[in-house]
Amino acid sequence: MSGKHVAKNQPKTFTFSSENIKKMKEILSKYPETRKKSAVMPLLYLAQKQNEGWIPLVAIQYIADQLDVPYIKVYEVATFYTMYNLAPVGKYFVQVCTTTPCAIRGSGKIVEMCKKHISEKEGHLSSDEKSSWIEVECLGACVNAPMIQINEDYYEDLDEDSVEKIFKSFKDDNLPKFGSQKGRKGSEPIKQRLTLLKN
Amino acid sequence: MLQDKDRIFKNLYGDDSFDLASAIKRGDWDGTKTIISKGKDWIIDEIKKSELRGRGGAGFPTGVKWSFAPKEPKEGRPHYLVINADESEPGTCKDRDIIRYEPQKLIEGCLIASYAVSAHVCYIYIRGEYVNEGKVLQQAINQAYENGYLGKNAAGSGWDLDIYIHFGAGAYICGEETALLESLEGNKGQPRLKPPFPALIGLYGCPTIVNNVETIAVVPTILRRGSEWFASFGKPKNRGTKIFCISGNVNNPCNVEEEMSVPLKYLIEKHAGGVVGGWENLQAVIPGGSSMPLLPKSTCETILMDFDSLIEAKSGLGTAGIVVIDKSQDIVKCIARIARFYKHESCGQCTPCREGSGWMWRMLERIGRGEADIAEIDMLMDVTKQIEGHTICAFGEGSSWPVQGLLRHFRKEMEDKCDPQKYYLRENII
Repeated sequence: MSGKHVAKNQPKTFTFSSENIKKMKEILSKYPETRKKSAVMPLLYLAQKQNEGWIPLVAIQYIADQLDVPYIKVYEVATFYTMYNLAPVGKYFVQVCTTTPCAIRGSGKIVEMCKKHISEKEGHLSSDEKSSWIEVECLGACVNAPMIQINEDYYEDLDEDSVEKIFKSFKDDNLPKFGSQKGRKGSEPIKQRLTLLKN
Repeated sequence: MLQDKDRIFKNLYGDDSFDLASAIKRGDWDGTKTIISKGKDWIIDEIKKSELRGRGGAGFPTGVKWSFAPKEPKEGRPHYLVINADESEPGTCKDRDIIRYEPQKLIEGCLIASYAVSAHVCYIYIRGEYVNEGKVLQQAINQAYENGYLGKNAAGSGWDLDIYIHFGAGAYICGEETALLESLEGNKGQPRLKPPFPALIGLYGCPTIVNNVETIAVVPTILRRGSEWFASFGKPKNRGTKIFCISGNVNNPCNVEEEMSVPLKYLIEKHAGGVVGGWENLQAVIPGGSSMPLLPKSTCETILMDFDSLIEAKSGLGTAGIVVIDKSQDIVKCIARIARFYKHESCGQCTPCREGSGWMWRMLERIGRGEADIAEIDMLMDVTKQIEGHTICAFGEGSSWPVQGLLRHFRKEMEDKCDPQKYYLRENII
């Protein structure tokens, strides 16, 4: 897997909020009592969400303590999986799919636009510190290519105009509705649909 | 063309709501109790007779897989059903639609399959990026619990079942079943050696059956309408209906449920509105997700989309993610990008894959840029052979097959790109 950028400036302490402690108990109840370690991944997500999109090293220690496993066992999971950020990301974290099905439908242009509108370098905050972008591998929405993910939402069927509109909307925190930007509901053909017409 | 009445996923496009009431109107949860009352052997036998093969890529007969689970759980060794919803194969986006628009089909399938393999706990491992899809699925599961379709005596069947969702975190390799189990146990997603197979030693060392979303979601309909109905579509050993994802350079990219053994050309020309610029503008097609070798245009004219026909054409059905590549694309760059994907996603456990995937990518990039020596083409083939068959899991094949496909069908294009100035180097190497 790819190398991970770990933030230099690390907070000194981390604890789950009382709400997240409740969520932690819920998560632990999904797995057998002797298999608490299974909760590593969901707890890392919980920490990431609580800490504005990235996981500080103290949170990794905190989770290790909660689950009674060595620090390295949590650290290796946090570094193996690409969705755990170990350094700050923008409030709007843009992930551009550039794998072949998106690439042949023009994701290269979207990367160029990220460089222009967000930051020249991948994984760096924009000048207003509001957004950042990275290239990612296939996000599994290939028939709606090209597409990007912003935080939790998929923006699909993109072209230069719609991408520009989305990026410009960061300023006023007024993002367009996620999903297809060409008016498709899901993965149906945009025209000449032949199936499931009577529903 | 498959008729709408024979389509299993009536809400594939999300025209209708995903909620329980709408799903029941579409026919879900109809007579589930009766199906389960017929017993495990009957269910497994019907699925065997339907000739359903796993929809996740490998195409293993589902009924046979279920029969590998021990008959009765031993004390302290519960059975598990794990649903593989870690859909990450480039070109594939079918499970996403099942999860967000037809979740009750999946949940009902989980109950029947869990009963058939004696599991009281089912984990659905969904890829981390599918946050919204995961939320829909959780809502659907909650609705099923509230209405007695899950939990104690689920759907009045006398069988207890709990379903939990576990999110992945962006690792393609977790779609490999043993890597998925490692991930579910809270480890890095690195595949295990097989044997032992998960059916005997799987999650937490207990018997575990791992199935793809689409495989499980079609089970209730097969049992309701009969194995004969399902087996009436497609060619022998390649039966049933299948969701095809058609992406790339087509006019109307889409997902569509069709019968197995449907001609590829029909899918592209009819359902996806044809190749951009017309059929003559077609260069190649990747028929089954990025791991499967591409097909040149000449093969695309007649090839049927099923497991065995595609193996004959030295490719495979895989996940049925069809990526259409037209003549405006640089085919070497297309495959180089796939090689980059595998370089990024290799778990790093086996040296041939960890190192070789990067070699293949860098060589293809150099060939694409016209900086390679012509001798490197044979060297590239050699690298693919060093990876294939020398790794713990099938990732080695998945990463080397697309490169082999390129070498098989587009060698001339690759040679044309090689730098004539470097011919002297070839003399020295050979």
